[in-house]
Amino acid sequence: MSRPARLVLFLVAAAGVAALLVVAFLDLPPFGSPFHPYRDRAVAAAVAHATANVVGSVTFDQRGLDTLVEETILLGSVAGAAALLRPSKEERENTTVPEGGRVLEATKLTGYLLLPVTLLVGIDVVVHGHLTPGGGFQGGVLLGTAVHLLYLTGHYRALDRVRPLPVFDSGEALGAAAFAALGIAGIIAAGAFLGNILPFGTFGELLSAGTVPVFNIAVGVEVASGVIVLLAKFLEQALRVQREAVS
Amino acid sequence: MVPSADPAATHLAPLAFTVPIIVACLLLALGRRLPRWAVDGLATTTAAAVAGIDVLLLMAARDGRVVTWAGGWTPVDGTTVGIALVADPLGVGAALIAAILMLCALVFSWRYFDSAEAHLHALMLLFLAGMTGFVLTGDLFNMFVFFELMGAVAYALTGFKIEDPTSVHGALSFGVVNSLGAYLTLCGIGILYARTGELGLAQLAVALRGNPPEALLVTAFVLVLTGWLVKAAMVPFHFWTADAEAVAPTPVCLLFSGIMVALGVYGTFRVYHVVFAPVLPAPGVQCLFLVFGAVTAVVGAVMCFAQRHLKRLLAYSTIAHVGLFLLAFGTLDAAGTEGGALYVAGHAGIKSALFLMSGVILNRYGSVDEIDLHGRGRHAVLLPWLMPLAGLALAGLPPFGLGMGKAVAEEAVATAGGWWAVAVFVLVSAATGGAVIRAALRIYRGTGRAPEASPPGTEETSGTDEEAEVSGLLQRVPLTMLVPIVVLLLGALALGVVPGVSEAFHAAASRFTDGAGYVARTLGAPAPLPAPTAPSGWTLSGVALSLLSSAMALAFALAALHHDRLPATLRAAARPVAPVLRGVRALHSGHVGDYVAWLFVGVAVLGAFLAAGAL
Amino acid sequence: MTLYVYLVAGWLLLVGSLGIVRSRDLVHTVVCLSVAQSGTYVLLIAVGYQRGATAPVFGSTTPPSENVVDPVVQAMTLTDIVVSATVTALLLALVIQIAKRHGTLDPDHLSSLKG
Repeated sequence: MSRPARLVLFLVAAAGVAALLVVAFLDLPPFGSPFHPYRDRAVAAAVAHATANVVGSVTFDQRGLDTLVEETILLGSVAGAAALLRPSKEERENTTVPEGGRVLEATKLTGYLLLPVTLLVGIDVVVHGHLTPGGGFQGGVLLGTAVHLLYLTGHYRALDRVRPLPVFDSGEALGAAAFAALGIAGIIAAGAFLGNILPFGTFGELLSAGTVPVFNIAVGVEVASGVIVLLAKFLEQALRVQREAVS
Repeated sequence: MVPSADPAATHLAPLAFTVPIIVACLLLALGRRLPRWAVDGLATTTAAAVAGIDVLLLMAARDGRVVTWAGGWTPVDGTTVGIALVADPLGVGAALIAAILMLCALVFSWRYFDSAEAHLHALMLLFLAGMTGFVLTGDLFNMFVFFELMGAVAYALTGFKIEDPTSVHGALSFGVVNSLGAYLTLCGIGILYARTGELGLAQLAVALRGNPPEALLVTAFVLVLTGWLVKAAMVPFHFWTADAEAVAPTPVCLLFSGIMVALGVYGTFRVYHVVFAPVLPAPGVQCLFLVFGAVTAVVGAVMCFAQRHLKRLLAYSTIAHVGLFLLAFGTLDAAGTEGGALYVAGHAGIKSALFLMSGVILNRYGSVDEIDLHGRGRHAVLLPWLMPLAGLALAGLPPFGLGMGKAVAEEAVATAGGWWAVAVFVLVSAATGGAVIRAALRIYRGTGRAPEASPPGTEETSGTDEEAEVSGLLQRVPLTMLVPIVVLLLGALALGVVPGVSEAFHAAASRFTDGAGYVARTLGAPAPLPAPTAPSGWTLSGVALSLLSSAMALAFALAALHHDRLPATLRAAARPVAPVLRGVRALHSGHVGDYVAWLFVGVAVLGAFLAAGAL
Repeated sequence: MTLYVYLVAGWLLLVGSLGIVRSRDLVHTVVCLSVAQSGTYVLLIAVGYQRGATAPVFGSTTPPSENVVDPVVQAMTLTDIVVSATVTALLLALVIQIAKRHGTLDPDHLSSLKG
């Protein structure tokens, strides 16, 4: 189709879809209404399982199956991206990488100062995921991006040293496997897949919410490793993989 | 009375997708250190284990449904916060087909040269986990998540041959169109959630009970269905299909064509029967699927017959057959669903075997172009017989299971749609079967005129640039490639001749169409049994129509091969078809923007159609 | 006025799709897909909102009550974000390979699959 024809076809169709959406929106409960039956049940269920962060309770306890599959999507996508970004037949990976350009001293200093802080915040967000906003995914992303502050300071080589890829490759897979294994442990110990297998503890304390904190840590490990591996594959494409000189 | 399920059986459903996930993790963690035979062995054993779990689950679900509440959140007074896995015979049957096809695909890929440090195997197992979970879950949002797992892994598998320009191009179109479809589904889920505050299929059905068929429900139904129907390759959502299936590695094509598209059909009708059947009037929905099914079948068949690229030919034939699935399931009754399910199962065997044959051809002769391969297979031993036989079976040759499904489905659509729907069945089966027979005769017998010098760049994709998937071309067909082909064909044959198959499929179809029973069983209320209806297997008229379509397939093939010897009047009559065909072909442009525009056309037309019928 | 936030969600979905249709660069196509998806975030979060309600996280100063916004849609949105991020990464990996194999990123100039 020519560009104008495609545009006209889309606009006509999109007008139809927009009409469908608007008539549906008109029938919805008004924005901000107190009609949330699932919320009412979810809050009660979270309190019953001594989980202060109800979102964490929904994510790992009440609808933990969604999260198991979500983490599997992450695993599959990182594996898929790694497979798609492998060096092809006519390419090879350089063992050395070019030294980065000149970086302002102020940028370097900021990077070095922020690195430990970001790591600490990441761990905090993972560990307190069942008590405060956050959790394994949010903290994992923080941890995964933290080490890339080294890259921003211009040191790809330093980054290369602190993140041995095979370790994180395995870490990601083992984090995901731990999640699935916890599901099976639920069958054995609690009689239900993904069932809770730990004491619930006291509401609001660090050791509470049953298995939720363990799930948070497994996801934190997986997400942090996954982000590192994923970014590494893209960085390698840019910095290392080169077309072999045609002989 | 609530059937007391064996507590051990309730643990089978989660194991069916958790086991492949854990093994995939192991393969990713250890893949670079394991020798190739260990990777192959581990993956194949896992697929076999999943098939075993599915068989046990199928036996447990035989007399009803096995319900598993993840996290142990069993409903109290019909309400809960958890996610249910609801295994009914039809859903588990689909999971079993997926596991068996995965087993065949993995055995076939033992000779596959490049597994990228076991990533191929890990992705295949995750794909199996996604398909299994999608058919077992009883929660709409959870369906979406499993759907995305299937999708994300499938995009990577499609583009796996990174050296091949068409492969990465097809994978991107697939990814964009499918993701957009999934997001529309999620919008539909969001609208339903806002209205009802529920996500479980059974809970949604309860919340919507007694609701008049209002505009919100039409929009939600259309949006939720969009994702599933994109996966199902219904026209006009089908454009990605040929691009992706023609370029993916052969074992992956087998799964896409044999079961993945059928799962889109499964999702559509699962959601309809459980959630929407009581609130949207059946005649409008029936009419919708009759029309869209027929259009899909015809477009697929025409495009299939016009191909010279063997894998594209098979991909378009899958689209044609999806149209027939939609016609059969679209009757919305147990008889049509029985026919559709049998047809899906038979099709899975035949079409998968054909895709594997195209893989053998590619790895033996280095091309999948029918014209280019003219007479190249004259010295082959087994395939010159198997491929035309599979072509005839695809057209409905008795006693293959596909033919029985076709016979049952034809009877059901004759009642629901009329004689024209039967005519669509016969003609479309004949055209797709005929295209396969034509290719087989040309490649293996050298029938028809030898090709002239390679044609100049035309508006079609030839199959001469396809990259072989083994290192060096095969001198003879290895047993690991031949056995899956024979097993798949025998399986499709067994479906049609083993006594009791038709009864089992009928019982499964009765459960599937019984939405009220699904809801009651899931939420722990007593469920009335559906009124028993008589199963239909082979009938005299069914056998006659199947023989007719097989004979027509042969006639189409011979007419295409010897078109220069056809009477002049016949050729003159066919002349006006050419510009129409060129027009339809030109629409399949390979441009992702076109595909997205058509996606929205599809959503708008579905909405208008349903609104006219329901409101 | 109560319709406004839902219309924003619908608008994002459609304008993202419009971007894909008009796109001249596949990186832009993938980003537009993310824009379309952000419509689903807005829709879900809007559905869960309740006037005057607090965050669904309790503590010593905020004892458990039902006067909170819906935590279920927040969990769904989180899942949605993970899906978006990972699918975007996969598609960008494919775009890198397309650039290498085809030497162009303009969908109008990709002609390997026709008919």
